[in-house]
Amino acid sequence: MKLIFERGKEGRQCTLLPQCDVPAAEIEIPKRAKPLRLPHLSETEISRHYTELAGQVHGVNNGFYPLGSCTMKYNPKVNEEAAALAGFARIHPLQPEHTVQGALEVLERTEEMLCEITGMDSVTMQPAAGAHGEFTGLLLIKAYHDSRGDHKRTKIIVPDSAHGTNPASASMVGYEVVSIPSGSDGCVDLEKLRAAVGDDTAGLMLTNPNTVGLFDKNIIEITSVIHEAGGLNYYDGANLNAVMGIVRPGDMGFDVVHLNLHKTFSTPHGGGGPGSGPVGCKAFLKEFLPGRQAVCEDGTFSLRKPEHSIGDVKSFYGNFLVVVRAMAYILMLGKEGIPEAAQNAVLNANYMMEKLKALYPPAYDETCMHEFVITLEQMKRENGVTAMDIAKSLLDYGIHPPTMYFPLIVHEALMIEPTETESRETLDEAIRAFGEIYAKAQEDPEAMHEAPVSTYIRRPDEVQAARKPVLRWSFPEDGEQK
Amino acid sequence: MGSYLPNTKQEQQEMLSEIGRDSFDALFAGIPEEVKVKELHLPSGLSEMETIRTMEELAEKNTIFRHIFRGAGAYHHYIPAIVSSVSSKEEFLTAYTPYQAEISQGILQSIFEYQTMICELTGMDASNASVYDGATAAAEAVAMCRERKRQTAYVSATVNPQVLSVIRTYCYGSGTEVKLVPEKEGVTDQEALAAALDDTSACFYLQQPNYYGIFEDAEALGAAAHKAGAKFIMGCNPIALALMKTPAECGADIAVGEGQPLGLGLSFGGPYLGFMAADARMTRKLPGRIVGETKDRDGRRAFVLTLQAREQHIRREKASSNICSNQALCALKAGVYMAAMGEAGMKQAASLCLSKAHYLQESLAKAGLSLKYEKPFFHEFVTVSDTDPEKILSALEQNGILGGLSIADKEILWCATEMNTKAEIDAAAAVVKEVCGA
Repeated sequence: MKLIFERGKEGRQCTLLPQCDVPAAEIEIPKRAKPLRLPHLSETEISRHYTELAGQVHGVNNGFYPLGSCTMKYNPKVNEEAAALAGFARIHPLQPEHTVQGALEVLERTEEMLCEITGMDSVTMQPAAGAHGEFTGLLLIKAYHDSRGDHKRTKIIVPDSAHGTNPASASMVGYEVVSIPSGSDGCVDLEKLRAAVGDDTAGLMLTNPNTVGLFDKNIIEITSVIHEAGGLNYYDGANLNAVMGIVRPGDMGFDVVHLNLHKTFSTPHGGGGPGSGPVGCKAFLKEFLPGRQAVCEDGTFSLRKPEHSIGDVKSFYGNFLVVVRAMAYILMLGKEGIPEAAQNAVLNANYMMEKLKALYPPAYDETCMHEFVITLEQMKRENGVTAMDIAKSLLDYGIHPPTMYFPLIVHEALMIEPTETESRETLDEAIRAFGEIYAKAQEDPEAMHEAPVSTYIRRPDEVQAARKPVLRWSFPEDGEQK
Repeated sequence: MGSYLPNTKQEQQEMLSEIGRDSFDALFAGIPEEVKVKELHLPSGLSEMETIRTMEELAEKNTIFRHIFRGAGAYHHYIPAIVSSVSSKEEFLTAYTPYQAEISQGILQSIFEYQTMICELTGMDASNASVYDGATAAAEAVAMCRERKRQTAYVSATVNPQVLSVIRTYCYGSGTEVKLVPEKEGVTDQEALAAALDDTSACFYLQQPNYYGIFEDAEALGAAAHKAGAKFIMGCNPIALALMKTPAECGADIAVGEGQPLGLGLSFGGPYLGFMAADARMTRKLPGRIVGETKDRDGRRAFVLTLQAREQHIRREKASSNICSNQALCALKAGVYMAAMGEAGMKQAASLCLSKAHYLQESLAKAGLSLKYEKPFFHEFVTVSDTDPEKILSALEQNGILGGLSIADKEILWCATEMNTKAEIDAAAAVVKEVCGA
């Protein structure tokens, strides 16, 4: 379809702003020389352009979205209504505290509920996303060691199955990443962990259930090994949906945790954000938290800067309207609904795994948590059909493919996370689609490389995109992109 | 109690039996008993009606000011109706990051269009798909400039204090030293900058217009940075960019800024949008997602996430940044905003800001608040007076007006935009006049 720059005509515009009712300012400012080339469009054209674009997007509302590790659950509409309330949407972040009591109460009450769910003592809402939370949590760990004059702790231990953000975040905090290989069961190899720790260990980053969808039974021992070495334990909350209300990171020996409100707590992902990545910590770390904490005294809310704060990781109080949505979700589910969501997320995953097992072997054949990983290694060896081919074939069934080629420790991996908000019929339909795709792969493996055939575009040439990057539209008068 | 589970209790039991489990407990048998939650201390779940009422009650405890003269990093602008109409489309709202290009062309193309608009606005060669906000954009830009032999970042004292705070926090992480370049009469002290920079300087960060609303001599400051071999980063107000000399024209290597004025509400501070654009030589150092154009198998134009070799899921600890989720929906809003405004609308908004702010300043001067710095400013300025700022601001508040921000003893930072009418400026000035007794 046309780009927005290829639409409209010079002279067209929307009537948005009034005439100036004060004298025009006559001052010398450094003026831009280049024209600002934006589209010339009527509102009709803009509206239709984006409606057409929206037609080329698959969201949770369009159909099944079992994208492993991303918890693409349904996004309740009441959350959107809450976030759109003028009392939240139209307040300035620097208003006097007595004029934003409701907003501060949202922050304080959500903090309290997230503390209860995670087993932590304090939570900051300032981080804007999961990776941003990781960065923040690691800064807390660094600040803690520094405050004790313990500067020799320069290493963060990360299992090789971890999300890529873990090692990337550790690097941003100046830590050396020690990657430890997972055991044959996909979990942390205790012997290797013991061999890796020392007085240079700043901490461990772990997600439990891990990225192959298994709950690491040795968790207490794992976190103890780190604590005994003087390090701290960081919980990557990306997979919390499996266990919220069932078990708490704070009870498993973790000192710091981040949550993804846009995964576990149902806020929409917006095609890549805004998310929200609150960070929780135990009491001994709370004075290092960034930004300011909403506190309540005698029914009055105010903001307080932690005594040894690491500073700010973002302006103001984080992605506030995302926190509003998450609060509405937690209120709605309550103490009964939170564990029930986790139970059903795990049930749906195990149901799919069992039903797919005969055709698609799981990488680890045991009870999974909210997601599981299948491996197409054998199929690839036998007839050349890859995980990518299976994923792309699912597109022709209107199903968003699972996460591909992750975790790195499983070859030809597809990671499937159905979530609790999908009905049994949806799961059965997807299982049927997987079955048909399997049959096609046996009959005509070559044809599998052609999928998808029914989508708006077919497989794009990513190599060309990276080799000769075209990152913006070139106006006709600019000629070839430099 | 609320729930979003489609499967009934009976269906859940049937599914459990079908996979050979007698209860949910069997699914969680791997979790050590001693750490399992016995009781979750949360309130019981609510119905949807109770939930929205609770949220409404909270929202009503906040004061919505109809007249706002406060900026300082969050600006009150008119948001065209088309913006929320587009951004609330559920396809955009409920999709994940566009990993599967075949079913994500709508999002990918909207980002490509946004990237192009940011390049036009800043004059730079390449833009990313957004970062969290203007402050993190500044911090990420500083990280882009760090080299083995250049590990000191210089930041002007005239930047927004929150931006400075975020830069400092990020640099604490990476071990980059941050040095403040002093201000002189409301602008960056050029001589001090030239004297401070040396061959260990990584970059110099300047805000334009600066925290006090004043236009800095960006070109000269940038030249000083370049002379020492340091990179020049400009943090810009995107509305001002419709009129003012672009970062590219000022010689900047990286342009960043808070994108909130581009169609995003005040929202008590977020979600906002960090825009980032760079000179061609630094494109591959940009953090976060970048969309590129290519062709599909049938030769059709197609868009994909590209240059992923920089990113965390490929490079892990060697990645240029850890960014995964960014602010895509906010970038979409900014794109719609710029499309709706067009060049004429953007320039009109900027001119209105300029004129209203100057009218406000003159009115306040007559009311007894004098301008602290006699320098060209955009839509913010600082006043000084012997009257206690708190007295002035609370008098305004009683009249339903959010006045400027008290930034120092006797000093107030004011802001006016196209949203402020002459009548309300006159009304605000009258209140101030009464308090100051002028």
